Amino acid sequence: MRDQRLWTWHVLAGLVIFVVLGLHMTVMHLDTLVGWFNPAGIKPIAWDSVMQRARLGFFTVSYIVLLGAALFHGLYGLRNILFELGIGTGAKKGLSLVLTAGGVALFAYGAWAAWAAGALAKTL
Amino acid sequence: MTADTPVTFRLRRFDPTTQQEPVWEDFTIPYTAGMTVLDGLRTIKETLAPSLAWRSSCRMGVCGSCGMFINGHPRLACNTQITELGTSSVTVAPLPNFAIIRDLVPDLRPMFDAHAALMPHIIREDTQEMQEPTGEYYQSSHQLEQFLQFTYCIKCGCCMAACPTMATDPAYSGPMPLAQSHRYNSDTRDGGFAARKQVLATEQGPWKCHFAGECSQACPKGVDPARAIQLMKRQMVMDYFRLYTQPCPSKVVPKSTEINRRPDVPEAPAPTI
Amino acid sequence: MLDNKGHPNRLGIWGWLGGGRWGFERYLYTLHRLTGLGLLCYFLLHIFVTSARAFGQDAWAASMGRVSGPPGSARGLFFTVGEFLVFAAFAFHACNGVRLALIELGFAIGKPIEPIYPYRTSVHEQRPLAVVVMVLAGIVLAAGGYNFLFHLTH
Repeated sequence: MRDQRLWTWHVLAGLVIFVVLGLHMTVMHLDTLVGWFNPAGIKPIAWDSVMQRARLGFFTVSYIVLLGAALFHGLYGLRNILFELGIGTGAKKGLSLVLTAGGVALFAYGAWAAWAAGALAKTL
Repeated sequence: MTADTPVTFRLRRFDPTTQQEPVWEDFTIPYTAGMTVLDGLRTIKETLAPSLAWRSSCRMGVCGSCGMFINGHPRLACNTQITELGTSSVTVAPLPNFAIIRDLVPDLRPMFDAHAALMPHIIREDTQEMQEPTGEYYQSSHQLEQFLQFTYCIKCGCCMAACPTMATDPAYSGPMPLAQSHRYNSDTRDGGFAARKQVLATEQGPWKCHFAGECSQACPKGVDPARAIQLMKRQMVMDYFRLYTQPCPSKVVPKSTEINRRPDVPEAPAPTI
Repeated sequence: MLDNKGHPNRLGIWGWLGGGRWGFERYLYTLHRLTGLGLLCYFLLHIFVTSARAFGQDAWAASMGRVSGPPGSARGLFFTVGEFLVFAAFAFHACNGVRLALIELGFAIGKPIEPIYPYRTSVHEQRPLAVVVMVLAGIVLAAGGYNFLFHLTH
């Protein structure tokens, strides 16, 4: 039922994150070793670099996928840790609700920001 | 360590009728060759502390009664030689993660309740055959190997004491009940996966195990509950994606008509119940 | 029949450091939790910091200014070291996570065997995988460390 389903998706989300966050970390923090998706010679967080990536639909989609997978994986992990502290049934229900609502809200905002950045990049 | 070397036992004492909190008490006894922790407790009870309470029975590591927290590790007292500990100071406390009834006696009822809830018995539709067998259930040696390891469990509770999740979460089933549930799910004579799944798919299932591996390290019989739980998770994930169905329970092999009883071997007496 | 509930005796959070105190997998378990919590805290803030790019170049510069400092300053060093720690947490959590994903799906733990003392448990079977994964995390960490140092000094 619920726990079987949530745990299975937690592991699958972890594997998705491994790939997509691995790419993100390579782009952002291994730029001197592997110059992927950065104009040569400038930092990955420079505006030009950010906009160049935002223009690519691949990045917009992968950021949204990463956002969803990471929010689910991280908040489920937090839920697990808090549940294992031996809290009561009422607290468990409340916590699940708060984490789900918070996760959905953050996903909506982050996905909008990724889309909006892509739309902005295409006008520049 | 030689004969007559003093060994100091630091024991966790608790009398619920007179104390609010457990206290530590020290006892010093001479070492004798081959002394186990259980032997030491017996000597202390006979000579120094007649009111000391603990559970033990077989004194040879097969009954699972004497699980205790010895020098920071959950172990069987009968199976732990003093010399194995490498020190003449032996600290003995009741198994952690279980309430203390008295002195070194833990309350194992939550473990057995969790165990019973996961249906640790053969579940089949042919109840008539199970009550009045006409033959035996077929099982190859390869099929037996899939679960034999998990049958060696003596329900001592050492794995439960070692588990980090059991340290904080009373709702977790624990390594022993889960491993025993998997033992029956992997038994080809059993047809009860669908029934056990109703419980295992909830928070009573293996989802709070994160492979710290402590249970398998602590197990005195090599049952490896961690292995059972991870194999169970694989089964449950495959079941979630509808890729797993439990094989039909093994068929009955009727008694052979070609093999005859030797004339000098008597028949067994009729059942009395 | 026993009617009292007995004296509570759970190890509590100290038990997360290993109630059985047997192997180094218990440290990996605790570190995995700590790095996970650290990454989650960083990630929740990261969503807000990086969403500034949707509002234009000035908003982006302001946001980046809030999470960095002038080269050579204490603030700059604080954020750079902090970011490196996040990278380190990622290196460990990702590599250990792959190990956990494999193990918890029943791989690399060996088949059930008849227990003959000294017992070779699933913990022993997965130990080579744990070592490989830690070496991999170390390589990723070293690569990231080189990158951070390069940016600090150029």
